[in-house]
Amino acid sequence: MTDLVNIPSASLETATQPENLRRVAIDPLTRVEGHGKVTLLLDEHDRVHQVRLHIVEFRGFERFIQGRPYWEVPVMVQRLCGICPVSHHLAAAKALDVIVGARTLTPTAEKVRRLMHYGQILQSHALHFFHLASPDLLFGFDSDASRRNLVAVAQAYPDIIRKGVLLRKFGQEVIRVTAGKRIHGTGAIPGGVNKNVSRAERDALLTDIYQVIAWSREAVALARQLYEQDPALYGEFGTIRAHQLCLVRADGAMDLYHGGLRARTADGETLFDHVDYARYWEHILEEVKPWSYMKFPFLRALGPEQGWYRVGPLARVSLCDTIPTPFADHARREFLAYADGVAARATLGTHWARMIEMLHAAEVIKELLHDPDIHGEALVVQGERAERGVGVIEAPRGTLIHHYRVNEDDVVTRCNLIVSTTHNNQALNESIRQVARRYLDGRRLTEGLLNHIEVAIRAFDPCLSCATHALGQMPLAVELVDAAGQTVDRITRDVPTAC
Amino acid sequence: MNTFQLDGEEIPFEPGQTVIQAALAAGHYIPHLCYHPEFVPHGSCRLCTVRADGRPTAACTLPAQPGLKVESETEELNDLRRTLVQMLFAEGNHFCPSCEKSGNCVLQALGYDLGVLTAGFRHFFLDRPVDASHPDILLDFNRCVLCKLCVRASEEVDGKGVFSLAGRGIQRRLIVSAESGRLADTDVAVTDKAVEVCPVGVILRKRVGFRVPIGRRRYDLRPIRAQALEDAPRRPEHRHE
Repeated sequence: MTDLVNIPSASLETATQPENLRRVAIDPLTRVEGHGKVTLLLDEHDRVHQVRLHIVEFRGFERFIQGRPYWEVPVMVQRLCGICPVSHHLAAAKALDVIVGARTLTPTAEKVRRLMHYGQILQSHALHFFHLASPDLLFGFDSDASRRNLVAVAQAYPDIIRKGVLLRKFGQEVIRVTAGKRIHGTGAIPGGVNKNVSRAERDALLTDIYQVIAWSREAVALARQLYEQDPALYGEFGTIRAHQLCLVRADGAMDLYHGGLRARTADGETLFDHVDYARYWEHILEEVKPWSYMKFPFLRALGPEQGWYRVGPLARVSLCDTIPTPFADHARREFLAYADGVAARATLGTHWARMIEMLHAAEVIKELLHDPDIHGEALVVQGERAERGVGVIEAPRGTLIHHYRVNEDDVVTRCNLIVSTTHNNQALNESIRQVARRYLDGRRLTEGLLNHIEVAIRAFDPCLSCATHALGQMPLAVELVDAAGQTVDRITRDVPTAC
Repeated sequence: MNTFQLDGEEIPFEPGQTVIQAALAAGHYIPHLCYHPEFVPHGSCRLCTVRADGRPTAACTLPAQPGLKVESETEELNDLRRTLVQMLFAEGNHFCPSCEKSGNCVLQALGYDLGVLTAGFRHFFLDRPVDASHPDILLDFNRCVLCKLCVRASEEVDGKGVFSLAGRGIQRRLIVSAESGRLADTDVAVTDKAVEVCPVGVILRKRVGFRVPIGRRRYDLRPIRAQALEDAPRRPEHRHE
């Protein structure tokens, strides 16, 4: 029996005999407007036997949207998130376009929505890289905890942080112009938008766009430079072999607003391509595990054990055939070629991919600002009503699925949301297990080692990274509890007051 | 012309005018919710409570009288008004962030005007399903403040009597004149005055929510204090009989 306990299972998902192990809980981790925790089970030799990322909170949006009029949905569901509300706003609006029979939007509506979305991509990616991830990347994963925050980074690298803040500000301004507010606007409505972009608004944004593109190019260079500081570490840290999923345009190019679903295995084999997302459930199923409120989606063709996958910047930059803007596509080709593709498979390569997407967003915004259609007056269309609608969008953190059913009285009767972090659930778990295996196994718990777990989580920029990263202060309460239930050791950090 | 004093200023009035009518016509705002210049004053919300010769009373039902001394903009009265607004928010399910009336809502605008920064009271969180049975009109009972404007409009203008208030005290609620209790079984029409007059997000035209962008909604353009004064002189005035 003792021998069995001393051999950690290969997957680290479930220990063979958990009753004889001590439990270490990182609780709470936080996600966007929510909380999660990581638990580890260790034996007396500090060998790791089990690692799990639990999302402990129940949000309930899918339930309380039922019974509400459908036109309220895009405004209500965006309250899921304070960092990327536009993603939920637009995914819901796209689903409701189907329900109101708006098969093709007006050019103005389509382009104003795209402008809103790419503004969102820009601000969210800037926020993550500069505000949230930069302390780890610039100072080191186990650097002094008191320095791992935005203020310390701003003191050490004032120019980098200033540009990061201004990049995000620009993205937020694009959102304000298109949605009416920087956070939680109302721009997208079923069948179109409620406003166009005036020439004065366009001119104000054009003033800054070329600087934004230049800074975004610098950010790509910085992400690469950080990777190159320690390619061995960046290449292997938290890296997993994952299948990948994203939307691509009809010609295979990157399109973060609309497209068909593409999935490839970790070996690069195409599982499906250009799939109409209206029938996503034919390819993606969800599994429930007893230890987490977050579901585990998997690719139907591969089954629940082998079918887990990754979404987000790394998947998108890897899976698309091209990026349809010149600077970003050049950066994509360099990224894919780096060390024979090692960076494009590395969990920490996600930061680099994220900056390539930010550059792409800046370039798309420039193109749209020069498009006269954004000033058009035809804003809304509608046609034959449908009972069901699915809307899918590539949110900053990955593929986002909204699915609604609306009755003849205009009331929502069913809602299913599969958000980016849910897609990444198993990938996140696998990544932190890899880190635990590599860095924590057999060693005494320290704050710096704990931060290694956080660094792996942060690479995915999951929804829980919102408050996790607030000014570098990830709220943590870590307890060592022995088999008798006695607390042996405890490390805590304060919970931020807001995310 | 006869005058009365409002917060130390002489306010002219014509015989038959109420204090609130004369005040608004003279460019002085008194917060109000159930008062509407086109309808007989109801005096139920009490937001327009003033002190007239020291006695608290509703300005919408108080006939203006020569020499009357009225206090309105005092800390004491605005505290009371703020509390009343908080109680209205607590009694209903008012989720401004996802409400299509946001920016056009009198209750929300009063909250801003009176500086309501906290809930103040524990919310009731009542379960009030919407009535979506009518093809063109949605009834969201969650937001009713019992101002009775729809009742008055349906009776006095539309001549239909579609809406009514039933129950007493905390059980008081909006009902419709159909045995089934469903709006679809009444003769209400989307063009009725009763549909237009709702100051909050209870009686709504379907499928047009959020069509007006942020920045162009009624109270985005000017706060309720300025908007009420803008509206007052142009409205036909109802004389207090």
